[in-house]
Amino acid sequence: MAKVVMRIWRGDSEGGEFQDFPTEVSEGEVVLDVVHRIQAEAAPDLACRWNCKAGKCGSCSAEINGLPHLMCMTRMDTLPTEEPVVIAPMKTFPIIRDLVTDVSFNYEMARRLPPFAPKAPGPDGTYRMQQVDVERGQEFRKCIECFMCQDICHVIRDHEENKEHYAGPRLFIRYMELESHPLDTNDRRELLRQEMGLGYCNITKCCTEVCPEHIKITDNAIIPLKERVVDASYDPIAWLGRKILRRTKKSPEEAANYRSDPQVARSAK
Amino acid sequence: MAEYEQIDFDVIVIGAGGAGLRAAIEAKQRGLRAAIVCKSLLGKAHTVMAEGGAAAAMGNVWSEDNWMVHFRDTIRGGKMLGNWRMAQLHAQESPDRIYELEAWGALFDRTNDGRIHQRDFGGHRYARLAHVGDRTGLELIRTLQQRAVALDIDVFMETKILRLLKNSSGEISGAIGYQRPTGKILVFTGKAFVMATGGIGRSWKYSTNSWESTGDGHALALWAGADLIDMECMQFHPTGMVWPLSVRGLLVTEGVRGDGGVLRNSEGKRFMFDYIPQVFAAETADNEAEADRWYDDHINNRRPPELLPRDEVARSINAEVKAGRGGPHGGVYLDIATRRSADFIKRQLPSMYHQFKELAGVDITAEPMEVGPTCHYIMGGIRVDPDTAASTIPGLFAAGEVAGGLHGANRLGGNSLSDLLVFGRRAGMGASDYAEGRTSSTAVDRAEIDSIVAEATAPLTREVGENPYDLQRDLQDTMQSLVGIIRTESELVQAQAVIDSLKERVKNVAVNGGPNYNPGWNLATDLPAMLSVCTMVTKGAIERKESRGGHTRDDFPAADAALGKINFVQRVNDAGEVVVAPEPLPEMPDELKALLEEGAH
Repeated sequence: MAKVVMRIWRGDSEGGEFQDFPTEVSEGEVVLDVVHRIQAEAAPDLACRWNCKAGKCGSCSAEINGLPHLMCMTRMDTLPTEEPVVIAPMKTFPIIRDLVTDVSFNYEMARRLPPFAPKAPGPDGTYRMQQVDVERGQEFRKCIECFMCQDICHVIRDHEENKEHYAGPRLFIRYMELESHPLDTNDRRELLRQEMGLGYCNITKCCTEVCPEHIKITDNAIIPLKERVVDASYDPIAWLGRKILRRTKKSPEEAANYRSDPQVARSAK
Repeated sequence: MAEYEQIDFDVIVIGAGGAGLRAAIEAKQRGLRAAIVCKSLLGKAHTVMAEGGAAAAMGNVWSEDNWMVHFRDTIRGGKMLGNWRMAQLHAQESPDRIYELEAWGALFDRTNDGRIHQRDFGGHRYARLAHVGDRTGLELIRTLQQRAVALDIDVFMETKILRLLKNSSGEISGAIGYQRPTGKILVFTGKAFVMATGGIGRSWKYSTNSWESTGDGHALALWAGADLIDMECMQFHPTGMVWPLSVRGLLVTEGVRGDGGVLRNSEGKRFMFDYIPQVFAAETADNEAEADRWYDDHINNRRPPELLPRDEVARSINAEVKAGRGGPHGGVYLDIATRRSADFIKRQLPSMYHQFKELAGVDITAEPMEVGPTCHYIMGGIRVDPDTAASTIPGLFAAGEVAGGLHGANRLGGNSLSDLLVFGRRAGMGASDYAEGRTSSTAVDRAEIDSIVAEATAPLTREVGENPYDLQRDLQDTMQSLVGIIRTESELVQAQAVIDSLKERVKNVAVNGGPNYNPGWNLATDLPAMLSVCTMVTKGAIERKESRGGHTRDDFPAADAALGKINFVQRVNDAGEVVVAPEPLPEMPDELKALLEEGAH
């Protein structure tokens, strides 16, 4: 049993401060175990989110010693114990209470995404796809929506005003997943360029570094998306080719106008 | 008088796992005003933890497979206690529900000819589980979540329902709850309600279930006067992690065994060959050579005993450990490292690889995992009409783990995800039909609302009292040690006495802080449901004086043919007490009975 001080942020949207909880740590414990023990013994009202406690649901994201981590997958024996272990809520999102933040920005951006629109199935009513063709999308579908990539992204971490027009890494991989989906027919590239702020990302790869699923967000999603968006905007021959070869794709304008009614497309608060 | 906001929809679904999402999608696609109310954020429900796959007789890997074989496997795996009509609908409709997910964007693993790949699992005659590596639940919930978003379904996240409300003629007409971030009281009124709240495993100490699985839906339905069945039938998954202690109980997918993993004791012996029950002897290999050949040739070889139904495997592991042949942390060894290549393991079981590496420091491509049984699933639940998912009270429907009947006394792995889809859709249809036909008032009683709010908020107003976490711990310890995998009458009676004493203590729970995002208070409001559900499990377990499926009685170790034809139905009487009544199972038609015979397929 090692002694350690957990320095946990307590407070709400009005403000708050760090509170120290001295505790003892058993072999194999993760940060979330220690937070749960503090809840059960010292502070029953200490607010934190969690569900699966196995790195599969993405609920317990927090900033541990300054960097975003899943509390359930961070073993205490990987942290220095001479100094207090500092646990703070994700900075990019408004605080609800203690370690719980209002992550509705991410859900709002998901609503603004033009949905999957499949082509018609084969004669037997089902689809045929090769494993190699689904694997690219499967990488992005590993995302557990912990929103730590959104938290670390300086475009919105340091600039609240950008949230109006920046989807962020979590959504960029969703756009790329659909862009590479063997069955999808929507073209979302113009929307990405004009309203989702793809150009704001300057490829610092912070998002990739914090991804608990090890998704290569920058290399496999954001950079290819940037290339495709450039193609869509500035390359008339490629544009003409697409017009001729892929008639089933919706035009960029059609895709961008999805959900133009103000109630649905309302900006993130 | 309590302040609250009233919100009205046609169909209100409680729970946002696979069943709840699928039900809401159905109602919304029908053009009804549909809403989902859920305790966590959207996309975090327990479905996300399902690993292995969704069982559906698509016949993509073995063309011999069809719904009749799936029906047979489900009924036999459930030790003949399952509802035949639910098992029939489930086996017949699962393939369409899987194909439908693909049309909504799901990306399942593929066969060489580009169809959906299917993997082997316990109790299934053929490789039948559509999957994405070992994260199928995530794929399922994300696909349904994205479909729900595309349909613009309203979702009330992080909202806990306290009680169902009826109109003056006894129809379910409302649900009252609170928003966890603010503590604000919400009253949902609607024409039909779908219960899709999942399971009850939080009341056991070692469990695969999250904090959400407090049995809210089972309890809400019970309190509202609905019938529940088979509540004694709990599934202990054979393979949970046992070390480190902090992750004890965490699920290790059956896919490890489906993909070639075997169980060994401390002597290195594949002990499952010693535990093949008579009923499965004809279809189970009795030697290692045949068992190993089976992976490539299902037609000329019998299944390895590691892939017996979960109740058999869990009991066998328990017996090995009890006989002193377990590992250092009280489990047995699950070995895939010596049987499959590291590449294969990382491709087929990526999240297991990750989970053991990160949490236990074990490399499963190089060394065995130590595993043991863990509380996983409740087969019992709200009694429903198989075709419409209607409960026994008007206006209330149920689907998924909270509904009873499909799985009988033991659920086969993979049948849960397909259950969610098949009966989620049917509950959505049933609730939509009901809502469209309903002309009665959905007015609810103001005084009743006031008294529910007063009771729920009382812990916030007490200066001193019991810590809700202490009560939860005492309940978990009791259920783990006295109502666990092996049961006996004296211990069950003892457990009921503890539960009764906890029911008194819960009246004196006090929590500090306010109503906004206060986990202590949230737990205090979960405890009444946990205690009601544990009462049902314990009472049912006392009544079923035999061993069948997930229910094993040390004092009645054999199955009793007469009890095998009976469901134990639980409901509250006029005094508010839970009563248990035996009722005969619905009679299976002869043409379906014929499908159960060995050699019928």
